[in-house]
Amino acid sequence: MKIAVLQFPGSNCDQDAFHAFADALGLPAEIVWHKTTSLGGADLVVVPGGFSFGDYLRCGAIARFSPVMEALREHAANGGRVLGICNGFQILCEAGLLPGALVRNRTLEFRCLTSNLVVEDAGPDWNPQTVGQRLRLPIAHGEGNYRIDDKGLAKLKANQQILFRYADAEGNPTPQGNPNGSVDNIAGIRNEAGNVFGMMPHPERAVERIHPSLDGLAVLRALTTPAAAGASS
Amino acid sequence: MKVTVFVTPKKNVLDPQGAAVGHAMASHGFPSLKQARVGKTIEIDLEAGDTPEFRASLDKICQELLSNPVIEDYRYEISEAGA
Repeated sequence: MKIAVLQFPGSNCDQDAFHAFADALGLPAEIVWHKTTSLGGADLVVVPGGFSFGDYLRCGAIARFSPVMEALREHAANGGRVLGICNGFQILCEAGLLPGALVRNRTLEFRCLTSNLVVEDAGPDWNPQTVGQRLRLPIAHGEGNYRIDDKGLAKLKANQQILFRYADAEGNPTPQGNPNGSVDNIAGIRNEAGNVFGMMPHPERAVERIHPSLDGLAVLRALTTPAAAGASS
Repeated sequence: MKVTVFVTPKKNVLDPQGAAVGHAMASHGFPSLKQARVGKTIEIDLEAGDTPEFRASLDKICQELLSNPVIEDYRYEISEAGA
């Protein structure tokens, strides 16, 4: 499983993501500059967090037109795996590779904390057995308020596209446990085909003992395990 | 020619900034406030005529880049002469 971590002007979690995959998981990984037009045969393309292009206009609105995005689009269309974290999630939504959009947090505050998450069953590659039922992962964002219309939400639920929800300390997806106002406490989703994943929490910042938790390891492992069952679904 | 593009959150999309501004306006005693919405304006100067082709290209850039149709609406005003 070869990893490509994209790097845009303003990306700031690219090195963290590279470190998590290369050093914590020991997988072959490389950083790919946004002007590159080839992904070098990567199996998983990671769109990292940060503030690509200063978040000008809208988060992810300018990055989605970078040259590397054409290669990413082709990779995804061919069934290749893509993981967008934080700003990467915003970029994938802007690019239309994931449904919905992320707007300003309901509180208008930049939320930086360790969030409680409950894992939903989103298919063979992502379920409570492979990832764990409850996770604690860091979040750090000002625009993580997930929005989708009622029809789109019904579709997400029907297709099991929700990866996890924000929860309170008891593990319930209540309004109190929702740090940003996201619809239905949604913290991460996948596309209908099951190969493009997007999440606001940072699994790459929960892979070492000095981190708030080690729960990111299970998340990254689930997404880097060759999709035996997933390929056929 | 000058084009002003107005981008606003869709009516059914939560607008936390608008809600905060509306709350502040009410706190200032501004009367009869029902709702405030916060969007953005983009002012564009260009050398072009107001043709159907131009309007088509303007709509295209509004839909693809300047607004996100999932959460935002746009409209624009075109004024002749660089006034």
